[in-house]
Amino acid sequence: MDFGGINPVILIATLMASAVPILMAALGETVVERAGVLNLGVEGMMVIGALGGFIVAVETGSPVLGFVGGAVAGAVLSLIFALLTQVFLANQVATGLALTLFGLGVSSLGGQGYNGIKPPPTTQLLPDALADLPVVGPIVFGHDWVVYFSIAMTAVLWWVLKATRVGLIIRAVGESHEAAHALGYKVNRIRLMCIAFGGAMAGMGGAYVSLARVPQWVDGITAGAGWIALAIVVFASWKPWRVLIGAYLFGGITVLQLNLQVAGSGIPVEYLSMAPYLITILVLVIMSAGRKANGAPAALGQNFHASR
Amino acid sequence: MKRRNLLATAAMGLLLASGGAFAQGMDKVKACFVYVGPIGDGGWTFQHHQGALAVQEAYGDKVEIQYQENVPEGADAERVLTQMALGGCNIIFTTSFGYMDPTNAVAAKFPDVKFEHATGFKREHPNVSTYNARFYEGRAIQGHIAGKMTKSNKIGYIGSFPIPEVVMGINSYYLHAKKANPNVELSVVWAFTWFDPAKEADAAKALIDQGVDVIASHTDSTAPLAEAAKTNGAVIGFGQASDMAEYKDGPRVSSIIDNWAPYYVKRVGALLDGTYAQQDAWEGIAGGEVEIGEITAAVPAEVKAEAEALRDAIAAGTYHPFTGPINKQDGSPWLAEGATAPDGDLLGMNFYVEGIVGDIPQ
Repeated sequence: MDFGGINPVILIATLMASAVPILMAALGETVVERAGVLNLGVEGMMVIGALGGFIVAVETGSPVLGFVGGAVAGAVLSLIFALLTQVFLANQVATGLALTLFGLGVSSLGGQGYNGIKPPPTTQLLPDALADLPVVGPIVFGHDWVVYFSIAMTAVLWWVLKATRVGLIIRAVGESHEAAHALGYKVNRIRLMCIAFGGAMAGMGGAYVSLARVPQWVDGITAGAGWIALAIVVFASWKPWRVLIGAYLFGGITVLQLNLQVAGSGIPVEYLSMAPYLITILVLVIMSAGRKANGAPAALGQNFHASR
Repeated sequence: MKRRNLLATAAMGLLLASGGAFAQGMDKVKACFVYVGPIGDGGWTFQHHQGALAVQEAYGDKVEIQYQENVPEGADAERVLTQMALGGCNIIFTTSFGYMDPTNAVAAKFPDVKFEHATGFKREHPNVSTYNARFYEGRAIQGHIAGKMTKSNKIGYIGSFPIPEVVMGINSYYLHAKKANPNVELSVVWAFTWFDPAKEADAAKALIDQGVDVIASHTDSTAPLAEAAKTNGAVIGFGQASDMAEYKDGPRVSSIIDNWAPYYVKRVGALLDGTYAQQDAWEGIAGGEVEIGEITAAVPAEVKAEAEALRDAIAAGTYHPFTGPINKQDGSPWLAEGATAPDGDLLGMNFYVEGIVGDIPQ
């Protein structure tokens, strides 16, 4: 079953894996922004996670520990952001941008000596017998554990934000920190935990790049994926399932356009290479059109100090 | 200084000025490098930085090296170049095609600073030189190996940007693959980036998914080889810009190595001893700027011997990779029987040769 030389089963299987880094980072940032914090340092946290994960995986020989290492590295870097914005009340936009530059620089320094090493492979989770089934095999059963984890996280975050007490508190802090404070919630502490969570998710997303998608370390390996993740959060109206759709659309169309080029479709390459950006934005904007005002958390980007 | 000495010096100066060739030398040169990627990319920028380090080693205290990584092509480059020129750089090497216009624009404002632009063709001011390497010579050898090694008769090429430099490489690769194996088909994927490991890996994956089993890349990282390595030997590739020797026991069967060190050492040396002059340098295998990395045991001995013979013929000047008859993609003649391509045609190359499917993005 091929369309113009492109096998849709392989295409879907590929896009699910190639969307993981953006999906993980965007999910983390969704929680951060729902708590009212705008952390533009996603790219920096991803790249430091990519390096941290790579180093841990190479040194321990365990890819699973590598992902944990990536998450820890991302979370540690995000705590710098948390310290500056939540304790010293620095401007969030400027601090986030600085965090990206800092992360890129530190990873470049720390990565000296790790060029050209191959990390232990992250292999598919389920046995070949399942992965070899027609159609459903490659799409449903043929992935490594991180792909399943990223989808599970989407569901968990949707559930937590929508239907649990924790989610309600996070949203309250993001919508009106004054009100949340008046109710006795520790606004800055809650935000700090959300920031650390976002850092861990971005770090894991970065680790997926250096451990699974491009199994190697090179400087600046994430090459702007963090910025895509940030954009997807906004266009997905801060909703986890839409983030998933956005990440899969972006990843899918990126993979599709490369496949179309190989297959020699008649579509000019210029249009193909801008398609991922255009179509992702278009679809997500149309989805959120016609509803009540775009749904940005009301206190997004505002610092809070209990003295007021 | 005594008056007599002063006069003597003045006379000497006049003599030197009229001598022309004895232009003023310099005691110390600050050589600056602008890189499009990180020096740890393991490819293009890494090799340029090796060249910069070679300059430092060759002249020690007499040179000071400064460099900036990850400089975007376009307006940002102009800012960086201006800063470097103001910061006392005597010679600035801009190491990517996209720096062409910024280099010439900044060169106009700093006539005393020498600018050296890699892979471009614009020398609008007397202080702008260009340099390049004849990578298409290396592509010919890769094409030959690709044609002999492919089992599916499908070979791939990951292009960065549709510039003459890359188109030249694609044509050379295809022509020699076709010569080695008349049934070969070439798929070209444009990544529209020099450095984005994830996207380069995706491009390699797209090629592999559609049955391509030999991949050449014109982007800067080792990601395509890493992707090919996942196939456990079914797909082979080549090191690009740097030897990428870490993939020798895997998919890498040979490589093109850019060796900029001799050129950088020569140019900075010329500035030091005062023999510097504007030029347009374009060396290949013969000049040592393009090296062919070791052909591994994965390639059968006779193919290896043929590839090495091809390399030696190019180095000796007895064979030109673009020797007619060659038609353009639309069937119109380009080179007649026995004719070789003039450099001007190559540097402005914006067409595929006959047999390649698809269009070059404009």
